[in-house]
Amino acid sequence: MTVQTRDVALPVAVRRLRARQAAATIPVVAALLAFPLVAPTYAQSVVIEVMVFAIFAMSLDLLLGYTGLASFGHAAFYGLGAYAAGLAARHLSDHLLVGLLIGLLVAGLGALLIGALAIRSLGVYFLMLTLAFSQMIYAAAFKWMDVTGGSNGLAGIPRPRLDLPGLPGPDFGSAAQFYYLALAAFLGSYLVLRRVVRSPFGRTLVGIRENEVRMRAIGYDVWRYKLAAFVLAGLFAGLAGVLHAYYNGFVSPSDVYWTTSGLVMIMVIIGGAGTLIGPVLGAALVLVLQDVVSTATERWPLIMGLIFMFFVVAARGGIVGLYETLARGLRGGGWKS
Amino acid sequence: MSPEITLFVIQLLNGLAFSMLLFLLAAGLSLIFGMMDFINLAHGSFFMLGAYVAFSLVAQTGSYWLALLAVPLAVAVLGVVLETGLLRRLYRRTHLDQVLLTFGLAFVIMDVVRWIWGADIRSLRPPDLLTGAVTFGPLIYPKYRLFVIATGLLLAALLWVVHTRTRLGAVIRAGVFDREMVAGLGINVSLVFTVVFAFGVALAALGGVIAGPFVGLYPGMDFETLIFALIVVVIGGLGTLKGSFWGALLVGLADTFGKILLPQYSLFMIFAVMAAVLLLRPSGLFGRATA
Repeated sequence: MTVQTRDVALPVAVRRLRARQAAATIPVVAALLAFPLVAPTYAQSVVIEVMVFAIFAMSLDLLLGYTGLASFGHAAFYGLGAYAAGLAARHLSDHLLVGLLIGLLVAGLGALLIGALAIRSLGVYFLMLTLAFSQMIYAAAFKWMDVTGGSNGLAGIPRPRLDLPGLPGPDFGSAAQFYYLALAAFLGSYLVLRRVVRSPFGRTLVGIRENEVRMRAIGYDVWRYKLAAFVLAGLFAGLAGVLHAYYNGFVSPSDVYWTTSGLVMIMVIIGGAGTLIGPVLGAALVLVLQDVVSTATERWPLIMGLIFMFFVVAARGGIVGLYETLARGLRGGGWKS
Repeated sequence: MSPEITLFVIQLLNGLAFSMLLFLLAAGLSLIFGMMDFINLAHGSFFMLGAYVAFSLVAQTGSYWLALLAVPLAVAVLGVVLETGLLRRLYRRTHLDQVLLTFGLAFVIMDVVRWIWGADIRSLRPPDLLTGAVTFGPLIYPKYRLFVIATGLLLAALLWVVHTRTRLGAVIRAGVFDREMVAGLGINVSLVFTVVFAFGVALAALGGVIAGPFVGLYPGMDFETLIFALIVVVIGGLGTLKGSFWGALLVGLADTFGKILLPQYSLFMIFAVMAAVLLLRPSGLFGRATA
């Protein structure tokens, strides 16, 4: 028997805060929309990459930050989406919807299967199982040369077409066109995920994170909620993978290697787990830092590792947490306000 | 001896050698987790450090035996510094935080090693005493690998004696079972933790020194070995020495024979084995279901 939560009307203060937040995002969205008109192609490609990883990171945040499920194998669904879309685009049709649907389908099914097997375990064992499954997919991508190209990767993925009835559609060949596609996907993902986490379903996930035993005692089917979160996260990771495949025209097994799972985890933590905007900021910071640092010095992993360790020890809420602490301090009244 | 049996014995010995290496890593990892409830993803990094530092030491002094004794001690000192300075702050925090911190640490160590020693593949020469092969009729087998097996079994026996017959071992076993009670009995738990950690790190570094001539030194050896060690620990059960030993045997032999019998699936197989064990026995072969 599941308990239905009432959709409580939000108090005025929260509604006002949200209205302010919404207003604050308008200039940001406007800037994002106008970006390709003023920025060089290289900058656009950086932002595209950030947006793709932002979707990937937000999906992991749903699992890690909101449900408290530490999955070390999230790259599996990113990779599944990428390879499926890439293969579909190369062998079936280069229509956007074909690759997109197939990529999402494969990623979602993978998440359903892996989730059903792994979610029964807790803690370390869950971590290890998700790692194991993603490594199995890596192994498959690596060895299955005829299909995936093995260590050489899957190349020659065409940019998708989007033919609308009656109109000649864009072919997303230029950076600017792909930029808008990625932007649409990113904004769409953000809005959908935000709706999810604010819904009763999302609140239930947080409850599971906070005290799973209690949720079960109240009557929630915890396993099912976890699985739903896992599949949803897998779908969005798959979406990121599809975009990645289309943008780069190339998918390699390293996209499914555990270091990719680790990297996206770093983005979530540095940005701030359990907030949706945190992983976006984390993705931006990590990718930009990687770009900047790796041109200046080879010691990118060292610097990244140190920054990451700092965040884990000293700034547990990530960038968002730091911002909130600062905002609270500035609002007057010292640390306790 | 027929050629098939010879081949089988050779593979069996290869598997045993690999298992012994895995055991050295898994034992430390498992006990640290069992005792302090601390997951250390940087454990493979200590293994790698052991190998690389030994490489330099042997290059400087020419003595492998010196490296075998000194390097684990040196790396253990580093381990103690890290534990007291940094890692012990996270004993009370969630496993996820521990995973993240040690993952970052592993990244850092990996890059430092690359900085100092470069990314080329190196090899560590075994001592003259152990080069060459022994012959048992048609069976020719490298001396060094027999040394690896012997050392591993010896250490396993030693660890077993310490674990079951000494006071320290009793404290460790009690600590795995109920940490608070041990502290309540007046035992300096922090000190025991540091000792256990140092010992685990020393074992990993020793594994690295031993593995050097066997496996070679290359970037990525830390994480590759770590994943195998984690698999062993999880299969065997966290916090048990017995689990580390039998888990290491299972994984080492499965990997070696898997590579021969099903080379297409070798990478895949070991994860499948782990997944299968976990699905049947969620706490591993010998682990206890901890709260």
